[in-house]
Amino acid sequence: MGCACIDARSTQTRQFLKVNEILQRFDRNPRRLIAILQAVQDEYRYLPEPVLNYLATSLGIPRARVYGVVTFYAHFSLQPKGKYIIRICDGTACHVNNSQALLDLVRDKLGIDEEKPTSEDMLFTLERVSCIGACGLAPVAVVADRVYGQLGVQKLGEVLEEMVRAEKERRT
Amino acid sequence: MMKPTDGTIVLDGRMVPIGDHVNLLDLIRAGGIDLPTFCYHSDLSVYGACRLCIVEVEGRGIVTSCTTRPEPGMVVSTRSARLRDIRKLTAELLLANHDMSCPTCTRAGSCQLRRLAERLGIDRIRFRQRQERLPLDQSSISLIRDPNKCVLCGDCVRICREVQGIGVLDFANRGSKVQVTPAFGQGLGEVECVHCGQCASVCPTGALAVRSQVNEVWAAIHDPERIVVAQVAPAVRVGVGEAFGLPPGESHIGQTVAALRAMGFDRVYDTGFGADLTVLEEGTEFVRRYRARKDLPLFTSCCPAWVKLVEQWYPQLLNNLSTCRSPQQALGRLIKRELPREMGVAPEKIFMVSIMPCTAKKFEARRSEMVTDGRPDVDAVITVPELVQMIAESGLDFAGLEPDRMDLPYGFKTGAGVLFGTTGGVTEAVLRYAAEVMAKPLGRPPAFHKVRGMERLREAEVELGDDKLRLAVVHGLAAAQQLVEDVLAGKREYDLVEVMACPGGCVGGAGQPPARTPSVREARQASIYQTDTMLQMRNSQDNPYLQRVYADTLGEPGSPAAHELLHTHYHPRRRTGAVEVEISGGADPSHRVVRVEVCVGTNCHLRGSHDLLHRLIDHVNERGWGHLVDITATFCNEVCERGPAVRIDDELHEKCTLEMVLDRVEGAIGAEEAPVATSR
Repeated sequence: MGCACIDARSTQTRQFLKVNEILQRFDRNPRRLIAILQAVQDEYRYLPEPVLNYLATSLGIPRARVYGVVTFYAHFSLQPKGKYIIRICDGTACHVNNSQALLDLVRDKLGIDEEKPTSEDMLFTLERVSCIGACGLAPVAVVADRVYGQLGVQKLGEVLEEMVRAEKERRT
Repeated sequence: MMKPTDGTIVLDGRMVPIGDHVNLLDLIRAGGIDLPTFCYHSDLSVYGACRLCIVEVEGRGIVTSCTTRPEPGMVVSTRSARLRDIRKLTAELLLANHDMSCPTCTRAGSCQLRRLAERLGIDRIRFRQRQERLPLDQSSISLIRDPNKCVLCGDCVRICREVQGIGVLDFANRGSKVQVTPAFGQGLGEVECVHCGQCASVCPTGALAVRSQVNEVWAAIHDPERIVVAQVAPAVRVGVGEAFGLPPGESHIGQTVAALRAMGFDRVYDTGFGADLTVLEEGTEFVRRYRARKDLPLFTSCCPAWVKLVEQWYPQLLNNLSTCRSPQQALGRLIKRELPREMGVAPEKIFMVSIMPCTAKKFEARRSEMVTDGRPDVDAVITVPELVQMIAESGLDFAGLEPDRMDLPYGFKTGAGVLFGTTGGVTEAVLRYAAEVMAKPLGRPPAFHKVRGMERLREAEVELGDDKLRLAVVHGLAAAQQLVEDVLAGKREYDLVEVMACPGGCVGGAGQPPARTPSVREARQASIYQTDTMLQMRNSQDNPYLQRVYADTLGEPGSPAAHELLHTHYHPRRRTGAVEVEISGGADPSHRVVRVEVCVGTNCHLRGSHDLLHRLIDHVNERGWGHLVDITATFCNEVCERGPAVRIDDELHEKCTLEMVLDRVEGAIGAEEAPVATSR
């Protein structure tokens, strides 16, 4: 039998240790709650309820307050998100430049909808956002932290296909 | 044109001195104009959300008066066409977001929204009603939350956080989806709520309301087989009249008894008798502990909300709580034991109803410790508004009822027993007993007035003979938590601490008619003191019927028989349902896996469970056990005082050290791995 380290096998362990590291880094200061939540979400790709309970206990703030903050900001998610986030801007400028077609394409391609914005394989999550401040480039999308301006349906389709292919290669 | 002078404002054309008012709203109300508000309470922080208290200030336009500081020379108008339009619009918007099921709402009679609509003459709503109906939260034994009636004033959020220091409720989501809810949309009965009900007390509508047990009580009354017994708490008598439009604080015990009899209660007793029992037991317990210098300070345990708070947050103080049952539960237990014998009926025929100024008493009555031989010591707990509804339903003219007296023997109480209804009362009552035990016998009881009042924390030193007792009286659970933190940190030292969860104690309980101003609570408190003064017997130990109970069955206060009947115990309690953080999901499914759950709840955390967990993971890695062990972080195994707690497979280990855990894990692995071990 090879190495039986927990670390090597389980992202859960790494994540949990990371939460403690994050708490430490922010001095367990309840006033840094949002920053802590951001860091934790970067780790888990969402905010699992038990982890939020753990944060509330560690920071000495009511669980309901933590829940309130998490549900206030669209950035935070209580549902697992995909590995890659696709943010399609649907602000006024993008909307009039047919951002709807981009949304339709992604939903169609990935078999997702408004209720269920994450693909079955946990690879992609679609978010409709209201203005990312790049109206001059409308319609705009941010795919895996890369901004694409004046984006057409065809180009977006290519980007997605390329990502799926790269991901397959990585796995094999 | 009038010229404003220093220190005054012009209010609707009149000069009004600012005095010590810190916000315009208070000043305007003092000036005789009752601006409507939802979100303003003098006990709470200023929030400025309901937008009803708007006024026009010259040079500033329209502002909310609650958030505006009065300044000399300010010219303020409370009435204008614009203000009237905006106020009506605001009210309409609030109503459009409300489900308007007034005829079936338990709060219809005391609803501020309904009153507002009436006051502002709202005769139509120009907006479409919200379509989506949200589910009721019926998970709590004491409260029902109906989000469809919520106007988002935030009063409940603030009172729970600021006055009680708990924060069960908060705003969640945003925009049109905003809701006031416990964490993760859980039910009130599933979270850290201590059932004090202050949220329902401040709620202007029926979004938070007391869960009614009236139907159960009527069913018992209408069952000819049942003997229905009432016990009436001390603070009920000074609150009930308000619901019938009588002045705050007037005592109406005679009418209450008459109403209960008219409705078909077979016996009416006084929880004050239970309080007298509590005084003797708790007093004895206190004197013993004080002399032995053991488990001090003694914290009172009459308030079930406070008890639940200690169980959830301060398990290390459970030994400091008085083990004595609360008056409700002491009397319930005694009556359920004695009355069947006395009346020659089977015990299950007795149905005990307590009438309480309190929502947490509903929870207390359902505690598993409060059940004897499979029967609850108290079958139903109803609050003052529930009693009032029963009286109204019966068509009785409360104020006009011929006053009646309670039944003997358990309807006889002393002044000390009645004092339990107010903050400071338990302390004073216990002192009257302790004084006799510790110092010389008393004639007239000395007035222990140092513990009276309404300040959140009152401290006193009282000399009894050669002893100097250090006392503290605190009400409101935020103040109580602060005191506990100070005691734990060694910053304060006391011998006896009385805690009541609600502002003012039971006179301000959530089972009373809503007390909109502190003056209502003060009037009720004054009435309690007056009742004490008027009673012929003021010390619990002088109660002749109580003496008979001890002589006949219990022996001395604090005897084993008294302990069996009148004492209870507490246990650490987790604050929310079990939740776990999976840590090492990497175990190999083909092996039997040892499951290790390390508690990371507050108490275990303080006892070093985080460090233990980290080192455990390191060691498991070093030893190459990763495929054999599943590690999980859990919250609270309810053995807090003996943490850190670690569950290995199904066995819970307390006071764990790393070495201990590794040993046990190794043992568990060894048992499974023995045949394989040679192949390494």
